[in-house]
Amino acid sequence: MANEEVKLLGAWASPFSCRVENALKLKGVKYEFIEEDLQNKSPLLLQSNPVHKKIPVLIHNGKPIAESLVIIEYIDETWDGYPILPKDPYERAVARFWAKFLDEKCLPALWKACWCTEEEKEKNVEEALGVLKILENELKNKKFFGGNTINMVDIAANFIGYWFGVVQEALGIKLANAESFPALHNYMNEYVKCSHIKEHLPPREKLVGFFRARVQATSSS
Amino acid sequence: QNIRERMAGEQLVLLDFWASPFCNRVKIALAEKGLKAREREEDLFGGKSELLLKSNPVHQKVPVFLHNGKPVCESTNIVTYIDETWTSPPLLPTCTYERARARFWADFIDKKLFDTGGNIWRSTGQEQEAATKDFIQIVKLLEGTLGDKEFLSGDKFGFIDIILIPLTSWFYAYETFGGFKVEDHCPKLSAWIKRCSERESVAKVLPCPQKVCELVGMMRKMNGIE
Repeated sequence: MANEEVKLLGAWASPFSCRVENALKLKGVKYEFIEEDLQNKSPLLLQSNPVHKKIPVLIHNGKPIAESLVIIEYIDETWDGYPILPKDPYERAVARFWAKFLDEKCLPALWKACWCTEEEKEKNVEEALGVLKILENELKNKKFFGGNTINMVDIAANFIGYWFGVVQEALGIKLANAESFPALHNYMNEYVKCSHIKEHLPPREKLVGFFRARVQATSSS
Repeated sequence: QNIRERMAGEQLVLLDFWASPFCNRVKIALAEKGLKAREREEDLFGGKSELLLKSNPVHQKVPVFLHNGKPVCESTNIVTYIDETWTSPPLLPTCTYERARARFWADFIDKKLFDTGGNIWRSTGQEQEAATKDFIQIVKLLEGTLGDKEFLSGDKFGFIDIILIPLTSWFYAYETFGGFKVEDHCPKLSAWIKRCSERESVAKVLPCPQKVCELVGMMRKMNGIE
């Protein structure tokens, strides 16, 4: 489509921002990426997402859309090409369910388990392992959440597929071993090999370095 | 198309709880489509049914909508599924940008409203005051997005109205325990509540706010709050 103006306000190290880039690239959409300094948010960001003041925000022909899963559905409906959501209403409902589960239960639980204090560790690790078991169950006999090819759930699962491993490496911890979670480990291996995903991930060393710096920042206080 | 025609050969079941605003969303959406599910009331205090635990193993919560035996969970997801399966009359707008806007506000309402309201009746003193302040801020944002429109969806009652209206049957309970009135802060939203409550699908489904308040009072006692 000519005369299309697509801007993405994002942050290179954010999995939420990366999800949107992944979706845009899957559809072959040309866009301008604007890196936001989250310690010093731009007027454009504050104006485009006054409710949450967060990235990512997609601005299409001047109209802003916030919340990564909302943005991904919008991208799927606006541009032809790779089907991010299935066509069948029941399969769509299943995909939306898992995408939400990842966002609302998994990500917070895993994040907390990685970054919490020693006192809270036991409880948070238990919660994290609980959500990982649910994912392990869902991935049994499947290459991706979407089956043989990736769908919206896999785009949403980039924290599982990539960031989780990176953060653990930066922190020098390992929460889920391969024996207890074979399907998850297989998923993480397949994820970074998948052509629809691997080119759109931030470079691993750079990301590990980013989180290592955060560890040092939090421990030196 | 009357209800019997729409229902021909279809089995619709809803695992339900009378006071749950999330279950009520589903019932209103079905009514708007000229449909009715067989409602199975769950005893959330006594013990969840086998069917519930089997159909929603991840969250073990109501509502669960069973369409010919296949479960759909999470109320906003169910309303969207209903809209995509029985396409007329449409609940979501046709314009893709407006759809994104509706989904954004549904997400906002889902993340903030019920939990913040819960913080009001679950606490006392300073904590309650803080929760009340937060709640008022949230409804003010909703008042802002309603503006001078007749409905949140625009000219017609639609998706985002269905997402919000059932939560308003809990407002009286929040007001009672929090010592405030939504009307004082959000006149437009209050007018919208009255407008929606006159709609047949809403009037038939929503519980009496006094009954909800009694339930909340009971839950406060159960949690040892006074």
